[in-house]
Amino acid sequence: MIMLVPLLPLLGAIIIATFRRSLKGNSAGMLGTLTIGSAFALSVMLFLGHDPATGPQIAHLFDWIHIGGMNIPFAFQVDALSLTMMLIVTGVGTLIHLYSIGYMHDDARVSTFFALLNLFTFAMLVLVMGANYVMTFIGWEGVGLCSYLLIGFWYTTPAYNYAARKAFVMNRIGDQGFVLGLAWLFSLTGTLNFNEVFDKASSLDTATLTGITLLLFVGAIGKSAQLPLFTWLPDAMAGPTPVSALIHAATMVTAGIYLIVRSSVLFELAPFTQDVILYTGLITALVAATIGVFQNDIKKVLAYSTVSQLGYMFVALGLGAYSAGLFHVTTHAFFKALLFLGAGSVIHALGGEQDIRKMGGLKGSIKVTYVTFLLGTLAISGLFPFSGFFSKDAILAHAFDRSPVLYALLLGGALITTFYMFRLLFLTFFGSYRGDKHPHESPAVMTVPLMVLAVLSVVGGLLNLPHVFGGHEPMKHYLESAAEGVSSEYLHLSATTEWTLMGLSTVLVLLVIFIAYGRFAKKATLDPEADQLSFFPRLFARKWYIDELYEMLFEKPYGWFSSKFSSIGEDRVMVPLMNGAGRVTQKAGQVLRLVQTGNMSFYLFAMVAGIIVFLIMTLYGV
Amino acid sequence: METFNSVIRQVPLEHYLILSFFLFSIGLAGVLFRRNTIIILMCLELMFNSVNLLLTAFSAHHNDPGGQVFVFFIMLVAAAEVTVGLAILVMMKRNVDSVDINQLNRLKW
Repeated sequence: MIMLVPLLPLLGAIIIATFRRSLKGNSAGMLGTLTIGSAFALSVMLFLGHDPATGPQIAHLFDWIHIGGMNIPFAFQVDALSLTMMLIVTGVGTLIHLYSIGYMHDDARVSTFFALLNLFTFAMLVLVMGANYVMTFIGWEGVGLCSYLLIGFWYTTPAYNYAARKAFVMNRIGDQGFVLGLAWLFSLTGTLNFNEVFDKASSLDTATLTGITLLLFVGAIGKSAQLPLFTWLPDAMAGPTPVSALIHAATMVTAGIYLIVRSSVLFELAPFTQDVILYTGLITALVAATIGVFQNDIKKVLAYSTVSQLGYMFVALGLGAYSAGLFHVTTHAFFKALLFLGAGSVIHALGGEQDIRKMGGLKGSIKVTYVTFLLGTLAISGLFPFSGFFSKDAILAHAFDRSPVLYALLLGGALITTFYMFRLLFLTFFGSYRGDKHPHESPAVMTVPLMVLAVLSVVGGLLNLPHVFGGHEPMKHYLESAAEGVSSEYLHLSATTEWTLMGLSTVLVLLVIFIAYGRFAKKATLDPEADQLSFFPRLFARKWYIDELYEMLFEKPYGWFSSKFSSIGEDRVMVPLMNGAGRVTQKAGQVLRLVQTGNMSFYLFAMVAGIIVFLIMTLYGV
Repeated sequence: METFNSVIRQVPLEHYLILSFFLFSIGLAGVLFRRNTIIILMCLELMFNSVNLLLTAFSAHHNDPGGQVFVFFIMLVAAAEVTVGLAILVMMKRNVDSVDINQLNRLKW
């Protein structure tokens, strides 16, 4: 049964891809949704049948790589951590598939789309279910490939192809770190199976572990779009909106988080790496939040909010609060999928318009989308009692436990998040309509997933209700069996402090919503083009000039070297060398052909002379 | 078989060597210096047979019948080769109306 979970989406992908020309209308979408839905049902059954206390269930399919002392089985592992991820991936994935039926119904290559979507889910399932690092790596590369294919799905637009390529290259940089980390780990422990590696981890010295974990973290940076490799994620908006939802919520970007939680044993032993994770997450959260404030593309705003939220998750991981990080992954999957699908619904309603400056006043015409989008926005803003409140508060509380400054910075980031999310909400749905289309509500196949996700976004906080609300943090206890680091995360705060912190953040969030309301809902302050902004806003709107910086640091020198290699290496060295070899052969041939006179007697004479020469050589042993 | 060998062995090996050497040299000289293609072919046969003779002699002196069996094969191949050679000769006669080897001076690039 375990192996059926990833197998079903793969089967779906193969069937849809094979019969993509004969599948008419919605059948491809139905089939795709059905396979993921079945995988979800199976995951639920596995979840219900799994007792965390008994440890991981391993489904060993066959010995895959068996060379000398190296044995890497093709095996799937089901434990609390992978079950959590499986439920997110298949659950949210099912809703996104369902939604895509409506969103993509008039696309000519809808079957291809669903085949890729299924393949994407399959890759992500392999990633989270693998019982060793190599299996994880297969999924890791699989999601990279599928994201490339899906981001560049509308390949006739060159800009989309560039975005796809950028995503692939950026991921690849991270992958190198992952591979190197694995190689190092393998050279020391001689195995890559999770349980064996973790058993041997304590015998390694701290410096080595720091190196290994830093390399693994580089992989996580690439996949989870952290500074300095985050630039691919906002550009990944080129793909169809359900793809963005899938990348941002259920699959792909959570891979980095999963990897670190899975390897928490190693990371716990490397405090320096944890600090690096903490500060990378912090900086990313803040930088991405500032960029988000000045974006005018509805999907770009959401993309930067994802980067920022991922920063929060990494902060949690850096603090050693693995369950808090994973909790945020879960709630984020709900509300970010909701927001993206909602944005897709808006785009659908406006016939492809994505610029929020050309929206406004849509709450009357697309009511369901508006209400669900509002709930998603409240959830991401972290307002009580929405799911985002609990997950973000858990991270903030852990941050406060470490240092109040850290807490203040993160709270500031959260407030910026609230600000730009409500800016987005107000500019899109409030005020008067600034475009020239005729908005229409999406069909039920699209709004039903929205409603389901909205409900989840609202009540998702119950999954890990903290003690101060009378809960028992069920998710944390559930995860304790799978990720060793979870059991060591304690919060040293008194209930009073927690209440104070929560109250503070709630008041500030409400204040920010009020400011945003005044600024964007009533009179819709629109930002001019980036060039006309003053220094800081322009810096933010231009994404801190990071793309330009990379262009200067990497692309330009690379181009310079390439042109030099072309003009010197190629034109002056390689070409003369090759031509020279050819010319020597030609000249030699011209001289040597004169030997062939055509005279038979001479040939005979030459033959005999040659034989004699060889005989003499043999005789004297030359 | 043994009687043949003993007969052959009555002549010392050096004599066979010298005879073969002379036969071969005559053949070689003929191939190199004669212009009539028929003569050249005959000289080739001479060289062949000098080698065959030597092979037989060695075979007998070493008491190894393999060498003599080998000679039969060589003769067979030589017969085949001669037919080819003669066929070429016929074609040559038809084309250049001569069997002079120097008439075949267009065998070049």
